[in-house]
Amino acid sequence: MAKDQTPKADELFSTIDYKAPEKSWMDTPVEFKPGTFCHGSRPKYLELLHMPYPKEWKPGEEDWKLPENWKEIFLDGMAERLKKYRSFKLFMDICVRCGACADKCHFYIGGGDPKNMPVLRAELLRSVYRKYFTTSGKLFGKTAGARELTVDVLRELWYYAYQCTECRRCSVFCPYGIDTAEVTIIARELLNLLGLNTDWIAGPVSNCYMKGNHLGLEPHTFKSSIEFFLSDIEDITGIKIEPTFNRKGAEILFVTPSGDVFADPGTYTAMGYLMLFHELGLDYTWSTYASEGGNFGFFTSNETAKRLHYKIYAEAKRLGVKWILGGECGHMWRLIHQYLNTWHGPADFLEVPKSPITDTAFENARSTKMVHVAEFTADLIRNGKLKLDPGRNDDIKLTWHDSCNTSRGMGILEEPRYVAKSVCNHFYEMPENTIKEYTFCCGSGTGLNAGENMELRMRGGFPRANAVKFVRDVHGVNTLGNICAIDRAALTASMDYWVPGIRVAGLHELVANALVMKGEKERTVNMRNEPLPGKEAKE
Amino acid sequence: MPTMDFQGKQIEVDDDGYIINLDDWSKELAVHIAGMDSISLTDAHWEVINFLRDYYKQYQIAPMKKILVKEIGKAMGPEKGNTKYLYELYPGGPAKQACKYAGLPKPTGCV
Repeated sequence: MAKDQTPKADELFSTIDYKAPEKSWMDTPVEFKPGTFCHGSRPKYLELLHMPYPKEWKPGEEDWKLPENWKEIFLDGMAERLKKYRSFKLFMDICVRCGACADKCHFYIGGGDPKNMPVLRAELLRSVYRKYFTTSGKLFGKTAGARELTVDVLRELWYYAYQCTECRRCSVFCPYGIDTAEVTIIARELLNLLGLNTDWIAGPVSNCYMKGNHLGLEPHTFKSSIEFFLSDIEDITGIKIEPTFNRKGAEILFVTPSGDVFADPGTYTAMGYLMLFHELGLDYTWSTYASEGGNFGFFTSNETAKRLHYKIYAEAKRLGVKWILGGECGHMWRLIHQYLNTWHGPADFLEVPKSPITDTAFENARSTKMVHVAEFTADLIRNGKLKLDPGRNDDIKLTWHDSCNTSRGMGILEEPRYVAKSVCNHFYEMPENTIKEYTFCCGSGTGLNAGENMELRMRGGFPRANAVKFVRDVHGVNTLGNICAIDRAALTASMDYWVPGIRVAGLHELVANALVMKGEKERTVNMRNEPLPGKEAKE
Repeated sequence: MPTMDFQGKQIEVDDDGYIINLDDWSKELAVHIAGMDSISLTDAHWEVINFLRDYYKQYQIAPMKKILVKEIGKAMGPEKGNTKYLYELYPGGPAKQACKYAGLPKPTGCV
């Protein structure tokens, strides 16, 4: 298995090397190193999605089975997008190569490959742009920073488009506001025109298209997972919860990433939602159709993302709910916040969300009609609607990882902290330049959380892990909180690798531990079935 | 498509060695795949594999780890209903390695 070949942490750390290669970047050919790239997409997925050029192919091999006119397809696709997306045209034109972004990318920091400097990653495509779309590039070629689109260039574009998590940290530092993520997004779109996706992305996209979620959980499976949590909740709290599924006429539709109903530690967060909503007597429903908040289509192309995205709203319409409550997902929020209105227009068939418990109207969600569960819970706490016993989390020394999409993508910075500090007595921030809008990526976003690229993931996860190590050493931090499903999966792996002993937890897992519920039995264990502080077995 | 030689047949597998067509699975094939990891399957291994296959038949996906842990605990006794026990049996991880021997596809997404 690929994972087994990943070097040990100290060994990997010793290979981080920022020395520039001997030759200029255009003369340094791409090298596909095992452990740093994903498997190629299998044809069955692309066929199902009606995406072009499905085929068996291996990124590490020379022959990519490209169509004869691949260059024309790529350049036509580029021309179309230069016309369609003003941002893309602008980002191709305006970089002055000041270098402010150069050392801001987690992959560069953890690896040292100069082509992971955001400026150079974008330059890989810019050089092609200059050659075919600018007069200076056409006339002066290499002197003007232009280069021919060759198979080697295409391979290089692919390799580095799938070494960017579109986290946008670099864009925070760019004096021009160039968003390199958008360059990567377009690069991936162009590669998809040639059938060059990864299997870890194409699989979930096709599952989501067919079954409503990335994992391909069928309705009875989705329901049975939740029922499993309910039995655990009853064991822990003595309270029997009976949520509803696909219920027409519910006030609220709740949508969360399917990872939360399948993989630890997200499952503990899912238990938290169930307990909180039960305690509030919330009139809400789960859906086995809109059973995914995430959208790997976004890591494929704009059209694919748009196609998968609308099911959440179609389901809200079908069930006749008033508004939508969204769980701890990352990129779902970026899409809701930044893309929904352009794709589908405001969701005017829904009402402006209003908390039935506090009467707070969420004016910020006036257009999308979708409220983030961290905002929802922060509002409950602020209005004194929850009885909390933070002492139950006293074994936890918490630090907070801002998820790229919710922090940089929509400005959710304070709400999760407010909730976290209300349910945990011990809270410590990581250094300022690694949190909030400066947050470091988990290293595995945008569908890079596969197994075969573990070395890349661990390199990309290094800067975040390093900041966690700092607060562990200084304050004894033992838990890393967050509000994103990829974070929960990816950080668990990167913490085990770089800072063993650090636990990764979703916000509503921490809420669930502290939530004092009406009629509950004496709590002795946390959501993970481990003894609460002070309730450990006596010797 | 990569393939694996088995009993004179070419079995299609993915890049990580998981079989593609679930109908290709047989007990002998499971023994063969485990053998490639130098693991010989004991009754304890089979308990896990059989549970995975039954669960898959009903739900079309491998079970969550915590369901596996709980069910193995029920079947084999509480001292075995824990992650540590499963990792002893399947050092490559119960989700990945045991699913591979059981002939199930690996789950994908935010996991």
